[in-house]
Formats: sequence, structure tokens, C-alpha cells
Amino acid sequence: MNKERLLQMYYEMVLIRRLEERGAELYQAGKIGGFMHLYIGQEAVSTGLIAAREPRDRLITAYRDHGVAINAGISANEVMAELLGKVTGISKGRGGSMHMASVEKNMWGGHAIVGGHLPIAAGLALGDQYAGNDNVTICMFGDGATNIGYFHEALNLAKTWNLRVLWVCENNQYGMGTTVERASAVSEIRQKADGYGMGSERVDGMDVLAVYEASQKAIDSVRTRSEPYLLEIVTYRFRGHSMGDPERYRTQGEVKKWQANDPIAIFRKKLTARKAATHKALDEIDARAEMEVEKAIEFAEASPEPELDDLFKDVYVEEV
Amino acid sequence: MARITIREAISQALWEEMERDPSVFILGEEVGVWGGTYAVTKGFYDHFGAERVRDTPIAENAILGSAIGAALVGQRPIAELMTINFAFSAMDYIVNQAPKLRYMFGGQFRVPLVIRAVGGGGRQLGATHSQTPDAIFAHFPGLKVVSPGTPEDAKGLLKSAIRSDDPVLFIEHATMYQVRGEVPEGEYLIPIGKSKIQRQGSDVTIVAYSKGLELSLKAAEELAGEGIEAEIVDLRTLRPLDMQPVIESFQKTNRAVVVEEGWKSYGVGSEVAARIYEQAFDYVDAPVVRVAQKEVPLPYNRALEQAALPQVTDVVAAVKEVLR
Ligand SMILES: Cc1ncc(C[n+]2csc(CCOP(=O)(O)OP(=O)(O)O)c2C)c(N)n1
Ligand SMILES: [Mg+2]
Repeated sequence: MNKERLLQMYYEMVLIRRLEERGAELYQAGKIGGFMHLYIGQEAVSTGLIAAREPRDRLITAYRDHGVAINAGISANEVMAELLGKVTGISKGRGGSMHMASVEKNMWGGHAIVGGHLPIAAGLALGDQYAGNDNVTICMFGDGATNIGYFHEALNLAKTWNLRVLWVCENNQYGMGTTVERASAVSEIRQKADGYGMGSERVDGMDVLAVYEASQKAIDSVRTRSEPYLLEIVTYRFRGHSMGDPERYRTQGEVKKWQANDPIAIFRKKLTARKAATHKALDEIDARAEMEVEKAIEFAEASPEPELDDLFKDVYVEEV
Repeated sequence: MARITIREAISQALWEEMERDPSVFILGEEVGVWGGTYAVTKGFYDHFGAERVRDTPIAENAILGSAIGAALVGQRPIAELMTINFAFSAMDYIVNQAPKLRYMFGGQFRVPLVIRAVGGGGRQLGATHSQTPDAIFAHFPGLKVVSPGTPEDAKGLLKSAIRSDDPVLFIEHATMYQVRGEVPEGEYLIPIGKSKIQRQGSDVTIVAYSKGLELSLKAAEELAGEGIEAEIVDLRTLRPLDMQPVIESFQKTNRAVVVEEGWKSYGVGSEVAARIYEQAFDYVDAPVVRVAQKEVPLPYNRALEQAALPQVTDVVAAVKEVLR
């Protein structure tokens, strides 16, 4: 990969991190409402994965979607404005943290019903198969989502119908407060692909380059072989499940252990070791990301609220 | 009398029934180690253990289906849906299995199951997480649907639900856990299927339940300041629906407003209004007015969401309209 792309990936990871750190503050200050699930700790997953897609490859994910939105090319302004419920937000303030989507960026949404978007992902691929193209649909979901029927129905359908879906399980070890071991019959999510005769691989999700390489291979295989594949990307969320999680289910020691494995720090080390960038150059990127976030907050704060008269808009395509 | 919150009332009902009857157990997402997403079962896991306070995978069909199975063979499971919005992921069990099994197999089966579910909007959770779909569940014969609006009723009705030999959907409101009220000391039960006058008045009848009750009580206070005395009938149970107190009140006031948080079309208000016309047509002095949610999926933006949800001012305006 060329240096420019490496640094772009680094920039996106830092941008996600800063955006969410500031987002958490704005949430505490009461400027963001509803449920907000931070991606902090998992940035390498969507960054490595989405760097490997072609723009025509479709994305769909769950509610932990800020990172995916940024990597998909939705601007920090539009993400921040959505968090603040402004009309300039990517979903016009209607969706909030959990519901970012951009048809233009081929990002088909964050979805908040656990597992609910998996059959829809199969449908995106079905639509493409029907149209006769070889676009790949990349569908991301959590470890917890692999225990619900939606997952199994969708994988079975995708394999049976040769649908081009790359299933990407972000195994952050917990579904809310429940460990994988307490909720899943098998401890490696990738084993679940075996039952559907589907290829799979388990990847280190703290190493953005490992994620990138595995994703590129997997996307290529899905495209050329015209069949689904499953990636299990092992990661960890540094923050609570959502804002206000008392975190009684894990120890601070465990969190600290994983934080020592920070995906941004790991990538930084790799970049400097291979002389792709100096510390100073990376510091400058950090500063640029920080500025982008501050600009986004200014933009969002200055943006107007949606018009009350628009309450009934978009319930249907045609007004009723 | 003790003054407690609805959260404490529900928690006490669960605790007391689990202490009383070993066949009662809880299963659901995050009910155990986490202590319940709304902290209703905080402390239960340590006291009753993992067998009786079961953390489940995220699998609503498996939760509901297995609860029905255990109920069939004599246990009294309390299945918790983290929110009622996830009921749609297990709709078959709630409306197509639990309510049908006894009837379809000639009365051989019993399904002593309680499904606890939290509903309601107003917390900026977006369209899929903010619904008040109570009415659709009340459509199905064979299912009892209970939705209390006070701590006293929450405790007494939940205990009755747990002791009921039929499946009961017990709907709580996410923004009402902190509502405080008096509850009797010691053991008491409140029967399912009985409406209750929560406020006496002679000018107008307000029919409400759950969040609608909260709005109506506030509206009634405001109206009293203007010399209008509203009588509030709290349905408490949507199925079986007890219309008697409603009809008696209406025969006195001749005017009614129905308040619910769900959508107006095909809602609780529609049912109550139709029954008023069927059962007390000669007493009607003005068309029944329904206060309900605007016909849109709930948006995230706070101002938009509040504009879509029924408010105290809507209840006040509706009362003035029927009194005009
Ligand atoms: C059908 C359904 N059931 C329950 C929930 C509540 N819920 C939201 S997120 C979540 C945990 C999901 O865990 P996982 O899939 O591992 O994703 P993570 O949050 O770890 O990213 C639960 C139980 C839901 N949104 N939808
Ligand atoms: Mg998880």
C-alpha cells in the first residue's frame, strides 16, 4: 500500500477517536440524546475493512456506526450534526447516533435491531445479483448478533443463493454485559460459518493492516467466486456498551490490558518503524483530525434544527 | 403505606413472587449480571442465582419460545423483553403461539407465562426503539395485556400476572420508572381486567392508562384551576377490557376523551370510543375525542419527537373541545 493511503487510514482512525471523545463530552453536556455507542478501541476494524472496498461495494452495519460512517466517507460535519439532531445531519436529525446512512457513499445504514440488518444485507446482494453486477455487500455486526435467528437465516440464504456478501463479525467479546462464552455455543464466531459450508477466517482487529489484508482477500474471493465469506475480527471496546453503562460485568484490569493494545498506537508504531512517517508527521495528522472535529462541532452547533412542519415529511414517498 | 417508585414496585413484586414460589424464574437479556437494563432486577442474580435469573443470548424467539415450553410443563417463567420493540422479533410466540395453545388443543394446556416489556417514546431513541404498540397486542384473544400507571397497580397487577395460568403481557413505560406513589404494606393483589377511577370528577370523563394516565392527571390539575373537574378512568388492563367504570362515568358526564401514547389509528382510543357508542349511545353529548401520537415513526430530534408525542396541553385542549 502506498504511503498516502496508509496515512489516510491513520487519519481516519484518529478522526473517529477524537470525534467520539468529543461526542462523549457533548453527550454528558446534554447536547446529544438517545443511545450512543462508542467505537473507541475498534477503529482498526472498519478502517482496515472499508479501505479494502471499491466504492461500488455496499456497506451496512449495526448501531455502533460512527466509525463506519467516517470510513465510508461521510463527513465529520454530517456525523456531528446528526448526533446533535440537526437538519444538516446525514439523516437530517431523524436518526441520531444509531442511524447514519448515505446512499451516495453506498452506506446503507446503522441499524439498531440486533441482527435485523443481516437479511437486508443478503437482499442488497440479491438486488445486485439480479441486476447482473458483481458488487460485494459488506455487512458488519457484533458477536452478540450471531446468536439470533436473523444471522442464521441470512447466512444460509446467502450461501444457498450464491450471494456476494462479506459477513464481518466484530467480535468485541461482549454483547452488552454478556461474554461470548455465556451466550454462544462456540467460542470462535467463525466456526458458525462451517455449518453453512462457508469459508471463514479469524483476524486480529487491533492491527489495521492485518484487517486490511484479510478484507482485501475476502472481498476479492466473494467477488470472483460469487459466494459469501465470513470474517471474524477480534477486537475490544474500550468504553461501555453505550453511554451510562455501569460496567459491572468486567474489571478495570481487563480493560487496561486491552487498552495497552490500542489500535492507533499499534499503527503508529508500525508506520514509524517502516519509515512511512515520522512521529512529527503523525502528530500533525493528529492535530488535523482534532481541528476537523472542532470544526464539525462548530458546524453542528450553528446548524438549524429540523422544521417542525417537516414532521410528516418522508413517512411515504408520496404525501398521503 | 410506603411511598415507592414504579421501578421499586415491579422489583418488589418479582422478588416476593420468587421467594413465594420456586417455579417462578426470570429469563432475558442482561437481567442477571447487569441487573436489568432498567435496574429492575438489580441484586436478583446474587440472591436467587444464575438458574433463576437467567441471562440469555440475544435471541427473542428462543427466549419466548423456551419460556412457553417451560410454562407448559408447569414452571412460571417471567420472560423479559429488553424493550417492547424487540417483541416484533418474536411476534409469532407472543401472538401466534402463547395465546393459541390452550384453545387449539382443547383446553389441555396451560401457559402460565409473563412477558415483561418496556415500551414508550420520549427518550430520543429513534423510530425502531420508541414505540408504544400496546394496542396491537390487545388485538389477540388468548393473551392478557396489562399496563399499569401507578406503583400500587404495578406491584399488585404484576403479582396477579405471575399467578395467572394464562399468558400475560405486562407493559411498562420507560419514562415512568421514577413515578412515585403509595403502596399498601404487606401482601396484596390487584385483579387483572379491572379498570379504576384514579380521580373523581363530574364534568368530563378521561379514559387513559400508563403514560396517558400521567398526562391526564397533570391535565386534570390544570383544568381544575379553571373550574373543570375531570374524572379519570385508568384502564390498567387492555385485554380483557373492563368498560364498566368508563360507562358509569360517561353516563354521569356525557363527554369523554381517551388518552394513549400509541398511534391514533386502530388504537386503544378507537376501541374505547366504539364501545362508548355501542354501550351508552343515549348519553352522548359530544363526539369522543382521542388524544394519541401523531402518525409518524418517532424521530430522534428532541423537538420533533415531542411534537409527535401527546402532551398535557393536548389533553387539556381535547377536554375543552368535548365541553364546547
Ligand atoms: C432484537 C434486539 N434485541 C435486543 C436489543 C438490545 N441490544 C442492543 S445492542 C445489544 C448487544 C449487541 O451486542 P453485539 O452484537 O455483540 O454488538 P456490540 O454492541 O458489542 O457492538 C443488545 C442486546 C436490540 N437492539 N435488538
Ligand atoms: Mg459485541
